[in-house]
Amino acid sequence: MKFPDPHDVKAQTIPGTEGWERMYPYQYQFVTDDPVRNQYEKEMFWFHDGLHYPEPLYPFDTIWDEAWYLALSQFNNRIFMVPPVRGVDHRVINGYIYISPVPVKNPDEIGSRVPHFMERAGYYYKNWDALEKKWKVKMEAAIRELEKLEIPRLADMEDIAVVNDAIGESKGYHLLKNYDDLINLGIKCWQYHFEFLNLGYAAYVFFLDFVQKLFPSVPAQRVTQMISGIDVIMYQPDEELKKLAKLAIELGVDGLVTSSQEWTEVEAALKKAPKGVEWLTSLNLSRQPWFNVSTGTGWFHHDRSWNDAMNVPLNGIQTYIQKVKQGVNIERPTEQVRAERDRITAEYRGLIESEADRKQFDELLGCARTVFPYVENHLFYVEHWFHSVFWNKMREVAAIMKEHGVINDIEDVWLLRRDEIKQVLWDIVTAWATGVTPRGTQTWPKEIEWRKGVMQKFREWSQPPAIGTAPEVIQEPFTIVLWGVTNSSLTDWAAVAEVKDPGSVKEFKGFAGSPGIVEGKARVCRTVDDVRSLQEGEILVAPTTSPSWAPAFAKIKACVTDVGGVMSHAAIVCREYGMPAVVGTGHATKIVQTGMTIRVDGSTGVITVAR
Amino acid sequence: MREDAPQVCWFEEVRKEDVALVGGKCSSLGELIRAGVRVPPGFALTTHGFARFMRDAGVSGEIPGMLGGVPHDDLGRLEDVSQAIRAMIEEHPFAWELEDAIAEYYRRLSVRCMVPAVPVAVRSSATAEDLPGASFAGQQDTYLWIRGVDDLLHHARRCISSLFTARAISYRIKMGFPHEDVALSVGFQKMANSYAAGVMFTLNPGNGDRSVIAIDSNFGFGESVVSGEVTPDHFVVNKVTLDILERTICNKEITYTVDLKTQKSVKIETPFERQDTQSIIDEEIIELARMGKAIEKHYGRQMDIEWAVDKDLPAGGNIFILQARPETVWSEKRAKESTESASAAKAASAMDFILSSLLTGKKVS
Repeated sequence: MKFPDPHDVKAQTIPGTEGWERMYPYQYQFVTDDPVRNQYEKEMFWFHDGLHYPEPLYPFDTIWDEAWYLALSQFNNRIFMVPPVRGVDHRVINGYIYISPVPVKNPDEIGSRVPHFMERAGYYYKNWDALEKKWKVKMEAAIRELEKLEIPRLADMEDIAVVNDAIGESKGYHLLKNYDDLINLGIKCWQYHFEFLNLGYAAYVFFLDFVQKLFPSVPAQRVTQMISGIDVIMYQPDEELKKLAKLAIELGVDGLVTSSQEWTEVEAALKKAPKGVEWLTSLNLSRQPWFNVSTGTGWFHHDRSWNDAMNVPLNGIQTYIQKVKQGVNIERPTEQVRAERDRITAEYRGLIESEADRKQFDELLGCARTVFPYVENHLFYVEHWFHSVFWNKMREVAAIMKEHGVINDIEDVWLLRRDEIKQVLWDIVTAWATGVTPRGTQTWPKEIEWRKGVMQKFREWSQPPAIGTAPEVIQEPFTIVLWGVTNSSLTDWAAVAEVKDPGSVKEFKGFAGSPGIVEGKARVCRTVDDVRSLQEGEILVAPTTSPSWAPAFAKIKACVTDVGGVMSHAAIVCREYGMPAVVGTGHATKIVQTGMTIRVDGSTGVITVAR
Repeated sequence: MREDAPQVCWFEEVRKEDVALVGGKCSSLGELIRAGVRVPPGFALTTHGFARFMRDAGVSGEIPGMLGGVPHDDLGRLEDVSQAIRAMIEEHPFAWELEDAIAEYYRRLSVRCMVPAVPVAVRSSATAEDLPGASFAGQQDTYLWIRGVDDLLHHARRCISSLFTARAISYRIKMGFPHEDVALSVGFQKMANSYAAGVMFTLNPGNGDRSVIAIDSNFGFGESVVSGEVTPDHFVVNKVTLDILERTICNKEITYTVDLKTQKSVKIETPFERQDTQSIIDEEIIELARMGKAIEKHYGRQMDIEWAVDKDLPAGGNIFILQARPETVWSEKRAKESTESASAAKAASAMDFILSSLLTGKKVS
């Protein structure tokens, strides 16, 4: 299957964005001046990583892309020696990230990697639980280190302690060093992120593969259901909200908690009441670490955590208070979920004809169930907890840059690459030490304005879903399971005539995330803040959802997302609530408007729009 | 057979072991009812009732004489004797107690169905022990849309007389099977006045996937689906979770329905505006799949099932199973494969499986 040539796509520069390449690392560019690299780029298959980046990437946010570019690839190719695959290569066009799995082509080399893979991956599979415990310790230590990291302001006169304790170092030096430490902690945390993930996905994807060979019609969501954990850490933030809702009623402060949609007003009112203070103490216990959950995926600087946006959890608590008072049971039906999981597993197992296949099923199921908790739980540690703290530390760095006049607004910092920020900090500390004005005060604000314009033009560009040449076989497990690169998705991509007129679409498709059919009024929520306007019984249409959206699911009767697979948050939660979900539709938020009547078929993945 | 065995009985009073009493067809209907499956209600004239009729009609006594010395390959003479015997049977009334019993069962059936003089299908139900090679059991006589006691009795006699076609007589002579040992049951079953009907497999006939139930459906009687005269609507339902996985709505140009004048099934053109609409609603699809699952469980194997949605009865109790038999194509194929590969197949460790899967990769284009 042939897709557009990457160099042709890149050559059509959007007017007014000339020179945009300097916003991203140079090795991310498709090139024409290097014949060997140019040929390689033509022959490879590049697909847009819409799963992680539905929008163009800010220069600073490229940090996590580079982090996983390194981490995923090294674990595949240099640590576990996965025989037929190396890493996943990255490029950027107009702010959109394109990725490509790199195979090992020489059969002899593949063969020579096999014993190493068996030894190394085998060690992890065999000692999974013990190693995962170690991982938690390492990860929590990294987060604590991050939380303690100080981003010092630069005083006109250094503290006397520097003299009395003979420290011999200035805050200027500390600022440079701690910025490096901050970045390095981020990269380290992403090293850990992939320590288990490749192997976890491999066990999952080949169990899925096995079951689908036995039962060609089995929906992937059912296979996922067989191995999903019940006590998944990502449910905890929502559990905390329910706990707080019940406590508010118990203490009789539910009236105060629901007195306003503004957290600051609610907090002030609670502080005046003794029972309110008691409730606030409980709340503060919940906030660390659970309110570090991001309101988005955690991948971007604009994904704020509950701790940053207290109105969001407040809204959730208020919803639950209302439910409890209406006599609705808000507990997760964990017993039912577990019983249904066991029933489904047993029934599918019972349908297997041969004894050998049944044994193979048991073997793979056992392995998949061992590895799957990590696949689900790492998200809270890395994308939510660590990232939420990290973005705020970066805002402290930005505050110093603003103080010294290099940027006009704290949120401007994301338009700089992280190595440019390091240069800016050098500019600032040398100017501070010397007593002169940083050069950047004259250059950066102008550049940032221009970059903002470029980002806007990038957003308006329609990125092709795939470019280059599709291979016949894909062996890289992430590519298959996470991005859903399959024969049928490639066909869809090839056929995707960009939706020119979203107003005319009557029917569109996504992945069947959770079964059932529902018809109702749609409500488009672009961010978690919009969740407040949701009415009971509406159908939620969102770019994607994350655990901080959890309270929304208590109100809606179906969910549709632009981005995500059968393992995405929306699909998992809807399966638990027993309501339909269609995920990864690509354009739902563009096609559907609030108030439209839509029909969601969560078994076939089809959305019908009644106009 | 015991002397006190009933001459007439309800389907639900028999089970699959009762072939000697009510024949294969009626006993399997009884078995389905016992499995909790809804089948159109009905009753049977038992082999006991049949024997009584044959005695009363004097047929039992005269047949040996009429057939004595006729060679099995003298088709001309066989045909003459056949016609004589069949006329004797068809002209002879049932004993009044038997006629009364059938009339009473028929009356109660009509009440149950809430249809006065409910139309029934009258079918012969052969006892397999008596007639090996069930394919010519009374020539499988079936009479549809029969109403009123007199017509019921008349067609019951026609079913019985079909035991004495020239071919059946010839077969028995050849096999040395005594004619006086022949036994037959006759079933009287409410005609499913189907709004929609079709077939269902408790696997995917396309790929043998046992985790699904495949349903083909059209408006009207199931004949259009069974005969392949239309491309029916096609649904695939997850057997484990009972959700509809696939839904293909086809253009269905013809419908079989009853001609009220002749009380016969006729083929008509489906009204244009209905041709492309889904022939059964989702709730019915799921209810059917649930029934299919129960039938499969009861018989312990994949089944091929005929069903109908009755328009006389209220929703929730209007889906009927007309017939259920074992699916053969995939079952035989699998049985063969499993004996071939039984020794070779052994479960790989998860690690080995992952490795070999990684090496194979996924074909994407």
